Amino acid sequence: MNQYLLTVHSVEGQPMPPKDAMTKMYADVSAFNETMRAKGVWVFAGGLHPPSSATVVRAKDGQFILTDGPFSEAKEHVGGFWVIKAPDLDAALEWAKKASVACGGPVEVRPFQEPPAS
Amino acid sequence: MVLVEAAEVARVFRECSGRAVATLTRRYRDLGLAEEAVQEAFVQALAHWPVEGLPPSPDGWIITTASRRALDHLRRESTRERRHEESQELYGPDEPTTPDEGPVIDDQLRLMFTCCHPSLSPDAQVALTLRLIAGLQTNEIARAFLVPETTMAQRLVRAKNKIRDAHIPYRVPAGEELPARLTWVLAAIYLVFNEGYVASDGEDLGRPDLANEAIRLARHVVALLPKEPEARGLLALLLLVESRRPARTAADGAMVVLAEQDRTQWDADLVAEGHALVRACLRENRPGPYQVQAAIQAVHADAARAEDTDWAQIVALYDHLLSLMPTPVVALNRAIAVAETGRVPEALALVDELALTGYHLFHATRADLLRRLGRRHEATDAYDAALRLTSNQAEARLLARRRAALAPPNG
Repeated sequence: MNQYLLTVHSVEGQPMPPKDAMTKMYADVSAFNETMRAKGVWVFAGGLHPPSSATVVRAKDGQFILTDGPFSEAKEHVGGFWVIKAPDLDAALEWAKKASVACGGPVEVRPFQEPPAS
Repeated sequence: MVLVEAAEVARVFRECSGRAVATLTRRYRDLGLAEEAVQEAFVQALAHWPVEGLPPSPDGWIITTASRRALDHLRRESTRERRHEESQELYGPDEPTTPDEGPVIDDQLRLMFTCCHPSLSPDAQVALTLRLIAGLQTNEIARAFLVPETTMAQRLVRAKNKIRDAHIPYRVPAGEELPARLTWVLAAIYLVFNEGYVASDGEDLGRPDLANEAIRLARHVVALLPKEPEARGLLALLLLVESRRPARTAADGAMVVLAEQDRTQWDADLVAEGHALVRACLRENRPGPYQVQAAIQAVHADAARAEDTDWAQIVALYDHLLSLMPTPVVALNRAIAVAETGRVPEALALVDELALTGYHLFHATRADLLRRLGRRHEATDAYDAALRLTSNQAEARLLARRRAALAPPNG
């Protein structure tokens, strides 16, 4: 079985959806997670705090340099993700469609390099 | 003595490489390996066939030789050993090497759906289809699309890597999913044809090689999926449009528009075949965009002279097409048909509503309608706008001639 990373991106400066919409989204995502667990697709998932909460650690010449803020200078940052098991891309895309409906945004599907050892 | 010329080997290869790559891809579950092995079989064919003559079954010969090469590669690469065993477990050892039609057809169809997977860019889909299904060499595809060979090679490698890494399946989509996915396959073939019909840039009006490849691919899909009317509709559309190729270019290389073409030059065999397919589609009565476009071309083909064209029928078909495919380009073509029924001011009003100012045919159409309404100044401006936007020389010559033919405004 192959593994895929499904990511949801937030765009900097974009206003948060209204509270009702957020509540509904959390409920939808939570139901979606349950479905994936029940079907044996779910490996791991999580939502992240905003990119401003990030710290970058860089090893250089035996020293460590810490910098504030996200690593990427892009305006889009990963806001949450799922790791799923799927036999092929078509199966992964079917789950991504459901994920996109649940979280109300585009979902990027990316394959992991190697299937897990077990 | 040379029994088989290299050109003949190349032709046979083009015919059977798609089948061979598809068969090996299923056997070894590795598109890269399959393609490499089939290429090597081709190199061997170039060494053997000219002196030994064509084998009784060139297909079988290529598949057997390529399979041997693939197994050699797998044996050499111990990391692949496990995968090979898996593929043997799944598909059984030593399948018959003479291609037996059923499974081979399934293999090719599978590979076609893989090449035209919606997760690949349309450019990549077209390139992969020409490479893996039509059996064109990378340099031929690069030449056809006027890009450097290295660019095309990179595009192909990137696409094949994505197929491998993302595990795009080799599978004909199941029942309800099939029509939507077939759309992608047909669209890729249509893109190949279009590029062959009016080359997007360059000196000649089109590249007939690509148009012929597209027709070959469309025939192939019709043979593989005989129950899909849209596949037949696409083939009919391509045949009817292609039938006019001999009449489309004037002696000076300028494009000749449909109304001014010498219809006796149209290829009667292609017209007849296209008509038969359109009639079969009508009987089936499951219309789709390609079938309706084919029907429109069939109405044109029915008219012995341009003035005999049943434009009311064409407007009705465009109404139908617009309901299936509500795009500004379809609306533009519908407006052209409306003008031909004599309603020129109405047609101009329809055209002016369209958000197509970046499209040269939008301006060319406006120019033509303005000319017919006697609004010469505006017509001249519109021809200029069209000329600025076309990069095809044959089209540009036609537009320049029409612009020059406008009588000087107010004497």
